[in-house]
Amino acid sequence: MEKTANKYMNPYLAGLMLGVVLLASFYLTGRGLGASGAMRSVVVSSVNTVSHDYAETSNYFSKYISGEKSPMKSWLVLEVLGVLVGGFISGAFSGRLNFKLEKSPKITSKKRIYLAIIGGALFGFGSQLGRGCTSGAALTGMATLSLAGYVTMMAIFGTAFALAYFFRKNWI
Amino acid sequence: MGPIIPLFEISEEINLLIAFLIGLGFGFALEQAGFSSSRKLAGMFYGYDITVLKVFFTAAITAMLGLLFMNYLGMIDMSIVYVNDYFMSSAIIGGIIMGAGFIIGGFCPGTSVCAAAIGKIDAMYFIGGSLIGILLFGQTYPLWEKLHNAQHLGSLKLSDSIGVSDGILGLLVIAAAVVMFWVGEMAERRFKREDINNEI
Repeated sequence: MEKTANKYMNPYLAGLMLGVVLLASFYLTGRGLGASGAMRSVVVSSVNTVSHDYAETSNYFSKYISGEKSPMKSWLVLEVLGVLVGGFISGAFSGRLNFKLEKSPKITSKKRIYLAIIGGALFGFGSQLGRGCTSGAALTGMATLSLAGYVTMMAIFGTAFALAYFFRKNWI
Repeated sequence: MGPIIPLFEISEEINLLIAFLIGLGFGFALEQAGFSSSRKLAGMFYGYDITVLKVFFTAAITAMLGLLFMNYLGMIDMSIVYVNDYFMSSAIIGGIIMGAGFIIGGFCPGTSVCAAAIGKIDAMYFIGGSLIGILLFGQTYPLWEKLHNAQHLGSLKLSDSIGVSDGILGLLVIAAAVVMFWVGEMAERRFKREDINNEI
Protein backbone atom coordinates (compact mmCIF):
# COMPACT_ATOMS: atom_id res chain seq x y z
CA MET A 1 0.00 0.00 0.00
CA GLU A 2 2.80 2.44 0.90
CA LYS A 3 4.51 1.68 -2.38
CA THR A 4 1.33 2.41 -4.32
CA ALA A 5 0.74 5.67 -2.49
CA ASN A 6 4.13 6.94 -3.63
CA LYS A 7 3.85 5.66 -7.16
CA TYR A 8 1.82 8.46 -8.68
CA MET A 9 1.94 12.12 -7.87
CA ASN A 10 -0.32 13.37 -5.10
CA PRO A 11 -3.65 13.85 -6.95
CA TYR A 12 -4.28 17.34 -5.61
CA LEU A 13 -0.78 18.39 -6.68
CA ALA A 14 -1.26 16.79 -10.11
CA GLY A 15 -4.58 18.64 -10.37
CA LEU A 16 -2.83 21.91 -9.54
CA MET A 17 -0.27 21.21 -12.25
CA LEU A 18 -3.00 20.42 -14.78
CA GLY A 19 -4.86 23.58 -13.76
CA VAL A 20 -1.75 25.71 -14.31
CA VAL A 21 -1.31 24.19 -17.79
CA LEU A 22 -4.98 24.95 -18.56
CA LEU A 23 -4.59 28.51 -17.28
CA ALA A 24 -1.46 28.99 -19.39
CA SER A 25 -3.46 27.86 -22.41
CA PHE A 26 -6.17 30.47 -21.69
CA TYR A 27 -3.60 33.20 -21.10
CA LEU A 28 -1.62 32.43 -24.25
CA THR A 29 -4.33 31.43 -26.70
CA GLY A 30 -7.70 32.43 -25.25
CA ARG A 31 -8.87 28.81 -25.39
CA GLY A 32 -8.48 25.81 -23.14
CA LEU A 33 -7.39 22.25 -23.78
CA GLY A 34 -8.83 19.62 -26.09
CA ALA A 35 -8.44 16.08 -27.33
CA SER A 36 -11.39 14.83 -29.38
CA GLY A 37 -10.99 17.73 -31.83
CA ALA A 38 -7.57 16.39 -32.82
CA MET A 39 -9.04 12.92 -33.32
CA ARG A 40 -11.62 14.46 -35.64
CA SER A 41 -8.77 16.06 -37.60
CA VAL A 42 -7.26 12.60 -38.09
CA VAL A 43 -10.60 11.29 -39.38
CA VAL A 44 -11.25 14.32 -41.63
CA SER A 45 -7.74 14.14 -43.01
CA SER A 46 -8.06 10.41 -43.74
CA VAL A 47 -11.42 10.82 -45.45
CA ASN A 48 -10.02 13.75 -47.43
CA THR A 49 -7.03 11.68 -48.55
CA VAL A 50 -9.15 8.73 -49.64
CA SER A 51 -11.57 10.93 -51.56
CA HIS A 52 -11.40 14.70 -51.56
CA ASP A 53 -14.63 15.01 -53.53
CA TYR A 54 -16.47 12.85 -51.05
CA ALA A 55 -15.15 14.84 -48.07
CA GLU A 56 -16.32 18.06 -49.74
CA THR A 57 -19.85 16.73 -50.11
CA SER A 58 -20.13 15.49 -46.53
CA ASN A 59 -22.18 17.94 -44.46
CA TYR A 60 -20.01 17.36 -41.43
CA PHE A 61 -16.46 16.77 -42.66
CA SER A 62 -16.60 19.63 -45.17
CA LYS A 63 -16.86 22.09 -42.26
CA TYR A 64 -13.33 21.16 -41.28
CA ILE A 65 -11.66 21.36 -44.67
CA SER A 66 -10.44 24.84 -45.52
CA GLY A 67 -8.78 25.25 -48.89
CA GLU A 68 -5.24 23.97 -49.21
CA LYS A 69 -4.45 23.85 -45.50
CA SER A 70 -4.15 20.33 -44.15
CA PRO A 71 -6.52 19.59 -41.24
CA MET A 72 -3.49 17.97 -39.55
CA LYS A 73 -1.70 21.30 -39.26
CA SER A 74 -3.96 22.62 -36.56
CA TRP A 75 -3.51 23.83 -33.00
CA LEU A 76 -5.29 20.84 -31.45
CA VAL A 77 -3.35 18.26 -33.45
CA LEU A 78 -0.04 19.75 -32.29
CA GLU A 79 -1.36 19.94 -28.74
CA VAL A 80 -2.34 16.26 -28.75
CA LEU A 81 1.06 15.31 -30.21
CA GLY A 82 2.42 17.15 -27.18
CA VAL A 83 0.20 15.02 -24.91
CA LEU A 84 1.68 11.90 -26.49
CA VAL A 85 5.25 13.08 -25.91
CA GLY A 86 4.50 14.54 -22.46
CA GLY A 87 2.86 11.29 -21.36
CA PHE A 88 5.85 9.34 -22.65
CA ILE A 89 8.34 11.57 -20.81
CA SER A 90 6.35 11.22 -17.59
CA GLY A 91 6.15 7.43 -18.01
CA ALA A 92 9.89 7.22 -18.67
CA PHE A 93 10.60 9.49 -15.71
CA SER A 94 8.53 7.31 -13.36
CA GLY A 95 9.51 3.95 -14.83
CA ARG A 96 6.08 3.09 -16.21
CA LEU A 97 6.92 2.36 -19.84
CA ASN A 98 5.77 -1.11 -20.85
CA PHE A 99 3.22 -2.78 -23.06
CA LYS A 100 0.29 -3.81 -20.95
CA LEU A 101 -3.38 -4.60 -21.41
CA GLU A 102 -5.17 -3.47 -18.28
CA LYS A 103 -8.29 -5.37 -17.22
CA SER A 104 -10.01 -7.14 -14.39
CA PRO A 105 -8.81 -10.77 -13.97
CA LYS A 106 -12.48 -11.75 -14.35
CA ILE A 107 -12.55 -11.02 -18.09
CA THR A 108 -10.47 -12.20 -21.02
CA SER A 109 -8.08 -9.98 -22.95
CA LYS A 110 -10.26 -10.39 -26.00
CA LYS A 111 -13.29 -9.07 -24.15
CA ARG A 112 -11.29 -6.12 -22.83
CA ILE A 113 -10.25 -5.24 -26.37
CA TYR A 114 -13.86 -5.36 -27.63
CA LEU A 115 -14.97 -3.19 -24.74
CA ALA A 116 -12.18 -0.68 -25.39
CA ILE A 117 -13.22 -0.39 -29.04
CA ILE A 118 -16.94 -0.08 -28.25
CA GLY A 119 -16.28 2.42 -25.45
CA GLY A 120 -13.99 4.41 -27.70
CA ALA A 121 -16.56 4.46 -30.48
CA LEU A 122 -19.25 5.73 -28.10
CA PHE A 123 -16.94 8.38 -26.69
CA GLY A 124 -15.86 9.47 -30.16
CA PHE A 125 -19.45 9.68 -31.37
CA GLY A 126 -20.66 11.48 -28.23
CA SER A 127 -17.82 13.99 -28.37
CA GLN A 128 -18.93 15.11 -31.84
CA LEU A 129 -22.57 15.40 -30.86
CA GLY A 130 -21.71 17.15 -27.60
CA ARG A 131 -19.04 19.45 -29.14
CA GLY A 132 -16.08 18.29 -27.11
CA CYS A 133 -15.00 15.68 -24.60
CA THR A 134 -13.90 15.67 -20.97
CA SER A 135 -11.04 18.06 -21.80
CA GLY A 136 -12.54 20.51 -24.27
CA ALA A 137 -16.13 20.59 -23.08
CA ALA A 138 -16.12 19.60 -19.40
CA LEU A 139 -12.78 20.71 -17.88
CA THR A 140 -12.21 23.77 -20.07
CA GLY A 141 -15.87 24.76 -19.89
CA MET A 142 -15.93 24.51 -16.12
CA ALA A 143 -12.92 26.83 -15.78
CA THR A 144 -14.72 29.56 -17.75
CA LEU A 145 -17.89 28.90 -15.73
CA SER A 146 -19.75 27.97 -18.90
CA LEU A 147 -23.08 26.25 -18.45
CA ALA A 148 -22.21 23.85 -21.27
CA GLY A 149 -19.13 22.73 -19.31
CA TYR A 150 -21.06 21.91 -16.15
CA VAL A 151 -23.90 20.20 -18.01
CA THR A 152 -21.51 18.06 -20.06
CA MET A 153 -19.49 17.13 -16.97
CA MET A 154 -22.60 16.07 -15.08
CA ALA A 155 -23.94 14.09 -18.04
CA ILE A 156 -20.64 12.22 -18.49
CA PHE A 157 -19.99 11.38 -14.85
CA GLY A 158 -23.67 10.86 -13.98
CA THR A 159 -24.08 8.31 -16.77
CA ALA A 160 -20.86 6.51 -15.91
CA PHE A 161 -22.00 6.21 -12.27
CA ALA A 162 -25.46 5.07 -13.30
CA LEU A 163 -24.07 2.33 -15.55
CA ALA A 164 -21.18 1.30 -13.27
CA TYR A 165 -23.13 -1.52 -11.65
CA PHE A 166 -23.83 -3.21 -15.00
CA PHE A 167 -20.18 -3.16 -16.04
CA ARG A 168 -18.62 -3.97 -12.65
CA LYS A 169 -17.25 -7.32 -13.77
CA ASN A 170 -15.00 -5.57 -16.26
CA TRP A 171 -13.27 -3.53 -13.62
CA ILE A 172 -13.53 -5.02 -10.12
CA MET B 1 -2.45 41.75 -21.36
CA GLY B 2 -3.62 38.32 -22.43
CA PRO B 3 -4.66 36.29 -24.27
CA ILE B 4 -1.36 36.83 -26.04
CA ILE B 5 -1.80 35.08 -29.38
CA PRO B 6 -5.14 36.62 -30.46
CA LEU B 7 -4.10 40.10 -29.28
CA PHE B 8 -0.63 40.27 -30.78
CA GLU B 9 0.32 39.15 -34.23
CA ILE B 10 1.99 35.89 -33.41
CA SER B 11 3.19 33.77 -36.33
CA GLU B 12 1.54 30.46 -37.13
CA GLU B 13 4.78 28.56 -36.40
CA ILE B 14 5.09 30.01 -32.89
CA ASN B 15 1.40 29.34 -32.29
CA LEU B 16 1.83 25.67 -33.21
CA LEU B 17 4.98 25.42 -31.10
CA ILE B 18 3.02 26.76 -28.12
CA ALA B 19 0.29 24.19 -28.84
CA PHE B 20 2.90 21.44 -28.66
CA LEU B 21 4.40 22.78 -25.42
CA ILE B 22 1.00 23.11 -23.75
CA GLY B 23 0.21 19.56 -24.83
CA LEU B 24 3.49 18.43 -23.34
CA GLY B 25 2.47 19.85 -19.95
CA PHE B 26 -1.03 18.42 -20.33
CA GLY B 27 0.24 14.90 -21.09
CA PHE B 28 2.86 15.02 -18.35
CA ALA B 29 0.30 16.11 -15.73
CA LEU B 30 -2.23 13.45 -16.80
CA GLU B 31 0.35 10.67 -16.67
CA GLN B 32 1.80 11.77 -13.32
CA ALA B 33 -1.75 11.77 -11.91
CA GLY B 34 -2.22 8.16 -13.01
CA PHE B 35 -4.72 8.90 -15.77
CA SER B 36 -2.74 6.50 -17.95
CA SER B 37 -4.40 3.56 -16.19
CA SER B 38 -7.94 2.51 -17.10
CA ARG B 39 -8.47 0.64 -13.84
CA LYS B 40 -7.41 3.71 -11.89
CA LEU B 41 -9.82 5.89 -13.87
CA ALA B 42 -12.62 3.35 -13.44
CA GLY B 43 -11.96 3.34 -9.67
CA MET B 44 -13.88 6.60 -9.59
CA PHE B 45 -17.14 4.78 -10.30
CA TYR B 46 -16.61 1.99 -7.75
CA GLY B 47 -15.09 4.16 -5.01
CA TYR B 48 -11.75 2.36 -4.65
CA ASP B 49 -9.78 5.20 -6.23
CA ILE B 50 -11.23 8.69 -6.65
CA THR B 51 -8.14 10.25 -8.22
CA VAL B 52 -10.28 11.42 -11.14
CA LEU B 53 -12.46 13.57 -8.88
CA LYS B 54 -9.48 15.05 -7.04
CA VAL B 55 -7.43 15.88 -10.12
CA PHE B 56 -10.33 17.03 -12.26
CA PHE B 57 -11.85 19.43 -9.74
CA THR B 58 -8.50 20.73 -8.46
CA ALA B 59 -7.52 21.53 -12.05
CA ALA B 60 -10.86 23.16 -12.91
CA ILE B 61 -10.75 25.27 -9.73
CA THR B 62 -7.10 26.30 -10.25
CA ALA B 63 -7.80 27.52 -13.78
CA MET B 64 -11.12 29.10 -12.76
CA LEU B 65 -9.50 31.06 -9.91
CA GLY B 66 -6.60 32.02 -12.16
CA LEU B 67 -9.01 33.43 -14.74
CA LEU B 68 -11.09 35.26 -12.12
CA PHE B 69 -7.99 36.90 -10.62
CA MET B 70 -6.39 37.69 -13.97
CA ASN B 71 -9.64 39.32 -15.03
CA TYR B 72 -9.85 41.28 -11.77
CA LEU B 73 -6.25 42.47 -12.16
CA GLY B 74 -6.80 43.41 -15.81
CA MET B 75 -4.32 40.82 -17.04
CA ILE B 76 -6.66 39.12 -19.50
CA ASP B 77 -9.41 40.31 -21.79
CA MET B 78 -12.19 37.86 -20.98
CA SER B 79 -14.25 39.03 -23.95
CA ILE B 80 -11.78 37.17 -26.21
CA VAL B 81 -11.59 34.04 -24.05
CA TYR B 82 -13.74 31.32 -25.55
CA VAL B 83 -16.76 30.30 -23.49
CA ASN B 84 -18.28 27.05 -24.75
CA ASP B 85 -21.35 27.45 -26.91
CA TYR B 86 -24.33 25.81 -25.24
CA PHE B 87 -26.66 23.62 -27.28
CA MET B 88 -28.78 22.05 -24.56
CA SER B 89 -29.99 18.79 -26.14
CA SER B 90 -26.74 17.82 -27.81
CA ALA B 91 -24.69 18.66 -24.69
CA ILE B 92 -26.87 16.39 -22.56
CA ILE B 93 -27.27 13.53 -25.05
CA GLY B 94 -23.64 13.76 -26.17
CA GLY B 95 -22.58 13.70 -22.51
CA ILE B 96 -24.71 10.62 -21.81
CA ILE B 97 -23.16 8.76 -24.76
CA MET B 98 -19.68 9.79 -23.61
CA GLY B 99 -20.44 8.61 -20.06
CA ALA B 100 -21.40 5.19 -21.41
CA GLY B 101 -18.19 5.15 -23.43
CA PHE B 102 -16.21 6.01 -20.31
CA ILE B 103 -17.50 3.14 -18.15
CA ILE B 104 -17.35 0.63 -21.01
CA GLY B 105 -14.00 1.64 -22.49
CA GLY B 106 -12.23 2.96 -19.40
CA PHE B 107 -10.80 6.11 -20.94
CA CYS B 108 -11.72 9.45 -22.43
CA PRO B 109 -9.93 10.79 -25.53
CA GLY B 110 -7.21 12.76 -23.69
CA THR B 111 -6.41 10.03 -21.19
CA SER B 112 -6.34 7.37 -23.93
CA VAL B 113 -3.61 9.27 -25.80
CA CYS B 114 -1.60 9.67 -22.60
CA ALA B 115 -2.02 5.96 -21.73
CA ALA B 116 -1.12 4.80 -25.23
CA ALA B 117 2.06 6.88 -24.94
CA ILE B 118 3.35 4.63 -22.15
CA GLY B 119 2.33 1.43 -23.90
CA LYS B 120 -1.20 0.67 -22.65
CA ILE B 121 -2.68 -1.66 -25.26
CA ASP B 122 -6.28 -1.14 -24.14
CA ALA B 123 -5.79 2.60 -24.76
CA MET B 124 -4.58 1.97 -28.31
CA TYR B 125 -7.77 0.05 -29.08
CA PHE B 126 -9.80 2.79 -27.42
CA ILE B 127 -8.24 5.37 -29.76
CA GLY B 128 -9.05 3.15 -32.74
CA GLY B 129 -12.64 2.92 -31.49
CA SER B 130 -12.83 6.70 -31.07
CA LEU B 131 -11.79 7.27 -34.67
CA ILE B 132 -14.46 4.79 -35.79
CA GLY B 133 -17.07 6.60 -33.68
CA ILE B 134 -16.13 9.99 -35.12
CA LEU B 135 -16.19 8.62 -38.67
CA LEU B 136 -19.59 7.08 -37.98
CA PHE B 137 -20.93 10.39 -36.69
CA GLY B 138 -19.68 12.21 -39.76
CA GLN B 139 -21.11 9.59 -42.13
CA THR B 140 -24.55 9.66 -40.50
CA TYR B 141 -24.57 13.40 -39.79
CA PRO B 142 -27.80 14.14 -41.68
CA LEU B 143 -29.60 11.98 -39.09
CA TRP B 144 -28.27 14.05 -36.17
CA GLU B 145 -27.96 17.47 -37.73
CA LYS B 146 -31.22 18.77 -36.25
CA LEU B 147 -30.42 17.47 -32.77
CA HIS B 148 -26.84 18.76 -33.00
CA ASN B 149 -28.04 22.33 -33.63
CA ALA B 150 -31.20 22.38 -31.51
CA GLN B 151 -31.77 24.65 -28.50
CA HIS B 152 -28.83 26.93 -29.10
CA LEU B 153 -28.45 29.18 -26.07
CA GLY B 154 -25.10 30.76 -26.97
CA SER B 155 -22.04 31.19 -24.78
CA LEU B 156 -24.08 31.08 -21.60
CA LYS B 157 -22.38 31.16 -18.23
CA LEU B 158 -23.65 29.16 -15.28
CA SER B 159 -23.30 32.24 -13.07
CA ASP B 160 -25.59 34.28 -15.34
CA SER B 161 -28.12 31.50 -15.71
CA ILE B 162 -28.58 31.14 -11.93
CA GLY B 163 -28.19 34.88 -11.34
CA VAL B 164 -25.09 35.10 -9.16
CA SER B 165 -21.76 36.85 -9.74
CA ASP B 166 -18.79 34.89 -11.09
CA GLY B 167 -17.03 35.25 -7.73
CA ILE B 168 -19.93 33.78 -5.77
CA LEU B 169 -20.24 30.89 -8.21
CA GLY B 170 -16.49 30.29 -7.85
CA LEU B 171 -16.94 30.07 -4.11
CA LEU B 172 -19.87 27.65 -4.52
CA VAL B 173 -17.83 25.43 -6.85
CA ILE B 174 -14.97 25.32 -4.32
CA ALA B 175 -17.38 24.51 -1.47
CA ALA B 176 -18.97 21.72 -3.54
CA ALA B 177 -15.53 20.33 -4.40
CA VAL B 178 -14.44 20.28 -0.75
CA VAL B 179 -17.58 18.33 0.20
CA MET B 180 -17.01 15.91 -2.69
CA PHE B 181 -13.35 15.43 -1.74
CA TRP B 182 -14.41 14.65 1.83
CA VAL B 183 -17.10 12.17 0.75
CA GLY B 184 -14.76 10.69 -1.85
CA GLU B 185 -11.96 10.12 0.64
CA MET B 186 -14.43 8.32 2.91
CA ALA B 187 -15.49 6.18 -0.04
CA GLU B 188 -11.85 5.36 -0.81
CA ARG B 189 -11.43 3.94 2.70
CA ARG B 190 -14.71 2.09 2.62
CA PHE B 191 -14.39 0.54 -0.85
CA LYS B 192 -10.64 0.02 -0.65
CA ARG B 193 -9.32 -2.71 -2.97
CA GLU B 194 -5.73 -3.45 -2.07
CA ASP B 195 -5.49 -6.03 -4.85
CA ILE B 196 -6.40 -3.50 -7.54
CA ASN B 197 -4.48 -0.63 -5.97
CA ASN B 198 -1.33 -2.73 -5.91
CA GLU B 199 -1.74 -3.62 -9.54
CA ILE B 200 -2.32 -0.17 -11.03
